[in-house]
Amino acid sequence: MAKELIRLEKVSMAYDGEEVLKSIDLTINDKEFLTLLGPSGCGKTTTLRIIGGFETPKSGNVYFDGVRINDVPPYKRRVNTVFQRYALFPHLNVAENVAFGLRVAKRPKKEINERVSEMLALVGLRGYEHRDVSQLSGGQQQRVAIARALAVGPEVLLLDEPLGALDLKLRKDMQTELKRIQQQAGITFIYVTHDQEEALTMSDTVVVMNEGTIQQIGTPIDIYNEPQNAFVADFIGESNIVDGVMHHDFDVSFAGGRFVCVDKGFAKDEPVDVVIRPEDIDCVPESEGMWSGTVESIVFKGVHYEILVDSGDARWMIHSTDPQTPGSRVGMKITPDDIHIMHKSDAKVWEEEK
Amino acid sequence: MSRRRLNPEAEAASARAKMHKKPKFRLSFVALPYCVYALIFVVVPMVLVLVYSFFYHYENGGSFGFTWEFFARFFNFSDPVYMQVLWRSVWIALVSTLICLVIGYPMAYILSRMKPRIRGIVSFLFVLPMWMNFLLRTYAWMTILENTGILNTALQAIGLTDKPIQFMYSTGSVIFGNVYNFLPFMILPIYNTLIKLDGSMVEASGDLGASFGQTFRRVIFPLSLPGVSSGIMMTFMPALTTFIVSRLLGGSKISLIGDTIEKQFLSTGDYGFGSALSVILMVLTLLAMAVMGKYEKEQSATGGLLM
Repeated sequence: MAKELIRLEKVSMAYDGEEVLKSIDLTINDKEFLTLLGPSGCGKTTTLRIIGGFETPKSGNVYFDGVRINDVPPYKRRVNTVFQRYALFPHLNVAENVAFGLRVAKRPKKEINERVSEMLALVGLRGYEHRDVSQLSGGQQQRVAIARALAVGPEVLLLDEPLGALDLKLRKDMQTELKRIQQQAGITFIYVTHDQEEALTMSDTVVVMNEGTIQQIGTPIDIYNEPQNAFVADFIGESNIVDGVMHHDFDVSFAGGRFVCVDKGFAKDEPVDVVIRPEDIDCVPESEGMWSGTVESIVFKGVHYEILVDSGDARWMIHSTDPQTPGSRVGMKITPDDIHIMHKSDAKVWEEEK
Repeated sequence: MSRRRLNPEAEAASARAKMHKKPKFRLSFVALPYCVYALIFVVVPMVLVLVYSFFYHYENGGSFGFTWEFFARFFNFSDPVYMQVLWRSVWIALVSTLICLVIGYPMAYILSRMKPRIRGIVSFLFVLPMWMNFLLRTYAWMTILENTGILNTALQAIGLTDKPIQFMYSTGSVIFGNVYNFLPFMILPIYNTLIKLDGSMVEASGDLGASFGQTFRRVIFPLSLPGVSSGIMMTFMPALTTFIVSRLLGGSKISLIGDTIEKQFLSTGDYGFGSALSVILMVLTLLAMAVMGKYEKEQSATGGLLM
């Protein structure tokens, strides 16, 4: 379907002997909004810097449009970066910042002026040409940084946690804005974040990373609904992860009960991780529940209540719009396709260390 | 007060602000000894210099009055000897400053790029000569540069020259002395701005297609200008007013405004004329500072050792 643009092949990276990327394979398509998502230190920024040309991988290959670019310096790549703290030039005004790459390339003045106004219009900063960058708000500086990077006409824009410094409201606005800019510019965006909501909102493809390895690649919906392991399930959204045993296909036991599920292909009586989203559990009167517990606490979160229920062998987090009384007994219900069964993995160790 | 407890951060901030109020009062107390010191050793002498430069008095007759005489002696266009001295001082100071800049900027740049550990050692080496007395350092150069000094002896020994070269008592030796003595004051402020320069600026410039030369010209140098202007101030001022360097390395041949003023006070005893020259020099330095200060304000970037 889509054309392949960038390919990482068995890319590894180490700093001072410490491995930060462990043989990563990743394909990025043309005009795609791809997000590298993971906790800090997972290697997502390193991956971005390798694509940008700021780091050379210790081993493995990077291909751009089929050509190996391991040793191509940043300024020769058709890839531009929006830096974490924008890195706008404080001695230049908005227009001069945006024009920087074009001036360096010695383009004709007329072309530069046209391009600058085109870019400022794209990011919604028309009329700000002569402002000092230090007079701009964080969101506006962000837009200038994007316009500056897009002005030189890259095929790929790399964004390193660009919304990290903005407040919540502005961050939400910029999420939609970035998506619009990406579609309007018609190029590939590679976006790094540790914020799962950002990743789910904007991306075509999400790459979940942990400890230098890729955990899962998929659409936001896949990643959220079909996490491949406990790490992904826990990192994306909130999850209840409990130990279970897979008896046969579609037959699992956990929390002292046996449940019908939609997963198959496990060994007989294989110990597994059972992942259930808090919003997938329904609270019902104890007699109607598939299993039950005592309400431990309830916290109002705005859209929903966060209810903690102790079922004796596990604690369940439930998101519900109906409140429960702490101390009361409650039954819990779930449908088969909301039970996600996962092989036990190393990620579970991470979960326990946390 | 605690109607709402929604924003603990804001509360913490206001609590911090409250805590800061008290020390503020105490701090102004701490400044008092310096104020007294400044009054006695800065303000009073300056007022005295101003008074001396505008009033005459005769010891024996005891007469006393306002006069332009001392300034008129300087601005004497039929015999502009003192104006020539000032002019020579200005251009020697300018040339010294320029050489300091040309040598100091690359040094500061290289220093700022070094690994922190090596950087510490090297910047220590830069500051090391300053541990020695200014006068002694300059005397040391006399013994090196003299006709029978180390340098000439060495040059003759290896046969590069058969007669000693006249290094001392020339404009060149004065400029050399200035550069040697004031170079650290050029390097340090520039180094300070370069070290604070955000590395991502340089990366961003490279990312946008700039070569190293373009990045230097368009990003690094403009952003280090506050340091450059501080450095210029800090070398130009002492180079303009010095009398030790010019007297020791320039001898009686190269007389500068600094030694002329010194002579008025210590040899001639002409306090009035000496004060007038001081006032003129002071006005000149203030003007230079105003020009640089205005320039610095236009450069909104932060940094620099001074101001």
